[in-house]
Amino acid sequence: MKTPLLRLDRLGVAFLVITIGAAALGPILALVVPRESAFAMPPYVVALLGKYMCYAILALALDLVWGYCGILSLGHGAFFALGGYAMGMYLMRQIGARGVYANPILPDFMVFLNWKELPVAWWGFHSFAYASLMVMLVPGVLAFAFGWFAFRSRVTGVYLSIITQALTYALKLAFFRNDFGFGGNNGLTDFKDVLGFNVQSDATRAALFSLTALTLALSYIIGRAIVVSKYGKAVIAIRDAESRVRFIGYRVENYKLFVFVVSAVMAGVAGALYVPQVGIINPSEFDPANSIEAVIWVAVGGRGTLVGAALGAVAVNFAKTYFTGAFPEYWLYALGGLFVLVTLFLPKGLVGLLNLRRRAAEPTPPSTASLAQQEEGAR
Amino acid sequence: MTLARLVAAFFFVCCATVARADAVDDALAKFLDNRFASTEQGVSQLAATGAANAPAILDALGDNRLLIDPVDHLIVYQTSGGDLINAKTGEKLAGVDVDSFKKVRVNNALRNAIAAAVGALTLASPDAQKRASAAEAVFKSRDAGALTALDAQLSRESNPQVAEALRQARAAIVVLDPKMSSADRVAAVTTLRVRGDQDAQSLIDEVAAKSDDSAVKTAALNAGAAIKAHLAWLNVLQNLIYGVSAASVLLLAAIGLAITFGVMGVINMAHGEMVMLGAYTTFVVQSALPPSFLQWSLAVALPLAFLVSAIVGVAIERLVIRCLYGRPLETLLATWGVSLILQQAVRSLFGANNRQVVAPNFMSGSYDWAGLQITTGRLWIVALAILVFAALQLALRATSFGLRMRAVTQNRRMAAAMGISTGRIDMLAFALGSGVAGVAGVALSQIDNVSPNLGQGYIIDSFMVVVLGGVGNLWGTLLGATVLGVANKLLEPVIGAVLGKILLLVFIILFIQKRPRGLFALKGRAVEA
Repeated sequence: MKTPLLRLDRLGVAFLVITIGAAALGPILALVVPRESAFAMPPYVVALLGKYMCYAILALALDLVWGYCGILSLGHGAFFALGGYAMGMYLMRQIGARGVYANPILPDFMVFLNWKELPVAWWGFHSFAYASLMVMLVPGVLAFAFGWFAFRSRVTGVYLSIITQALTYALKLAFFRNDFGFGGNNGLTDFKDVLGFNVQSDATRAALFSLTALTLALSYIIGRAIVVSKYGKAVIAIRDAESRVRFIGYRVENYKLFVFVVSAVMAGVAGALYVPQVGIINPSEFDPANSIEAVIWVAVGGRGTLVGAALGAVAVNFAKTYFTGAFPEYWLYALGGLFVLVTLFLPKGLVGLLNLRRRAAEPTPPSTASLAQQEEGAR
Repeated sequence: MTLARLVAAFFFVCCATVARADAVDDALAKFLDNRFASTEQGVSQLAATGAANAPAILDALGDNRLLIDPVDHLIVYQTSGGDLINAKTGEKLAGVDVDSFKKVRVNNALRNAIAAAVGALTLASPDAQKRASAAEAVFKSRDAGALTALDAQLSRESNPQVAEALRQARAAIVVLDPKMSSADRVAAVTTLRVRGDQDAQSLIDEVAAKSDDSAVKTAALNAGAAIKAHLAWLNVLQNLIYGVSAASVLLLAAIGLAITFGVMGVINMAHGEMVMLGAYTTFVVQSALPPSFLQWSLAVALPLAFLVSAIVGVAIERLVIRCLYGRPLETLLATWGVSLILQQAVRSLFGANNRQVVAPNFMSGSYDWAGLQITTGRLWIVALAILVFAALQLALRATSFGLRMRAVTQNRRMAAAMGISTGRIDMLAFALGSGVAGVAGVALSQIDNVSPNLGQGYIIDSFMVVVLGGVGNLWGTLLGATVLGVANKLLEPVIGAVLGKILLLVFIILFIQKRPRGLFALKGRAVEA
């Protein structure tokens, strides 16, 4: 049977149309359409939507491991932040002699700490190509090393979740230290330009917006290509009945490792796009709470759907922006309630709600997932 | 001297009081000059007289409470109650305006001299405690002028502890004095070596650096090395004590988590908030009880905190966790949501600021035992942790509920088949685990800030303890808490608190690879979950 590469459903097509459309329309609405027009996109909206889309990429990456492979990572924020730091280091080096201390080589915080030489970890970050490589390489290598050990030793379930949390917590503590060499408590900020363009200018922001939208579309395509492939079938089977897949003869750890690394790289890229748009990266991005919050984006949108994850990230963050502005004291109630209610009553998320309406007419055969769940429930 | 006598004579005439023209008056007269040099002479003369009221006068001088009337040549001191006492006669003055007096000026050099003089004076105090602390003061000041007083007291001292303190004080003076004989100084070094603390070490180091006498120098070098080794040991022991204290806190925070995780296989992310609720219960109990019951507030708070946390725990189990059976990862997320709600609820009720919880008297203060510092509050927490651990062991081993709980932990379906109501056991286990967390909260309220974020600070550490110890039995939790607490405190002085913590986290991540189910894992079929 011949199948198109992505076997897109209607939701997937809609998603690609929206993201690519946003990439094309965003700069026009932000730059060309006059400000007075009702269609014009003010700069703060460009920045906000750009940020949401970075979160959406992170959510998509998380959905790939959690929704399709059953690995609940509570440390994906670490990969996001590492990608962000790699980009932040490039942006720091671009400041050059325009810093407060006007040192052409050393970033301000190093001059402040009275360092004489650039640490080895910072070498090469003046080059955009090298920094871009590191954006993917650092999270990827960390995920590979971590996953290689963890999956081989068959650390699963809540144990794995807890050690991913320990990972991001350890990184947070490390990055808070001044002598770790990445700006300590204050992180990296005060960026001037990226590839020669001023990061503050409307045109650069619009370009970053487009780039983020395109990356989001690309991430979806990559994720979708993985999950509909034969390889993806094995990954889904691992989620539903890991031991069974192993007994059939698949190398479970290799499948898991591949998905985990791809996901980590995706999260790193999301972080790299995030940093120039918000203008700062600091150790609080490593906070375990951030990683858990990313999980709820996926849960709200619907795990195991990719589109839903992106949708959930935008929806929850929109709600967060609204709530923290309008009723700051109620945001945590809303977020906490979201965690409880979504896991209790909406296990398939918003996308599940959409599909429910569509499929109400036709009866569906039970999926492997629900079978496995019955089994677990009986235990 | 003649001038002083003249002034003194003048003083007597003016005051027209019946007074002995003795050394005390001589000394007091010096203060009338109100110049630093004369005041200092006055201090040493007054100390030399050993008069009964001399300490009071010197104390007053040091605190700027010694007043002079330059016109009437009257010297008085003000008591802390505000009364004016004539320094010479010891009579209370009535109807005198304080403003007509001038304060005797003192500077820091003078204050040191006063402290030394008071020290020398109290050496002869009838109270052994006071004599010992006076000897200690001389040891610190190394005031050569106190040597005669020391020798005098040493010859008649009957209390062996005070005598030792006096000998040490004497040694501190003698050892640095190049005029003393070599043998005396070597003996002094030996005395200091026996004392063997930080002060003795710095003193001996000074001797080793300064002394030209080779015998003294060798003795000092040897003694310095010996003390250094001794102190290094003490340091390790002290860190061990800190480690045990940290371990007891970890154990209290984690043991409830180990129970719920062991029985139900779910991670309760709101466990930290159960601890927080316990701490706030302590605060509420202390605010509600009349101040006279403050000493007993913890006795009330302990069962109440258990109850509050257990009830909230049961509510969480019934309303949330029960609905998510067989889905441990979703349970983790839902309980995280509960933890956010509880935090915000407490923040709305009590405010975001830290709340003050008072420590009862029996829990404040600290012991000094053979050079080791032991804080009383921490000691009580260690005791509580041991008590809670023993009580839980007893509950699990010796009660029918414990038997059922262990059965469910080992094999849920088999237990159910044997007629055990697993749902009820889950609920009770959750109540027990949460209640113990509440008890931990009472303990933590004594050493940590009572704030809505209290639980957050402990939750990751508690996870690490459970992951390290495994859920096979509670000894694993004890071992996990001890290892983490002690390792943390032993690493802290070597590589710093943060780096030590990072190292431990990395260690646990690696450890999990070797023992994916912790130190004390369940064996048999239950493992393949």
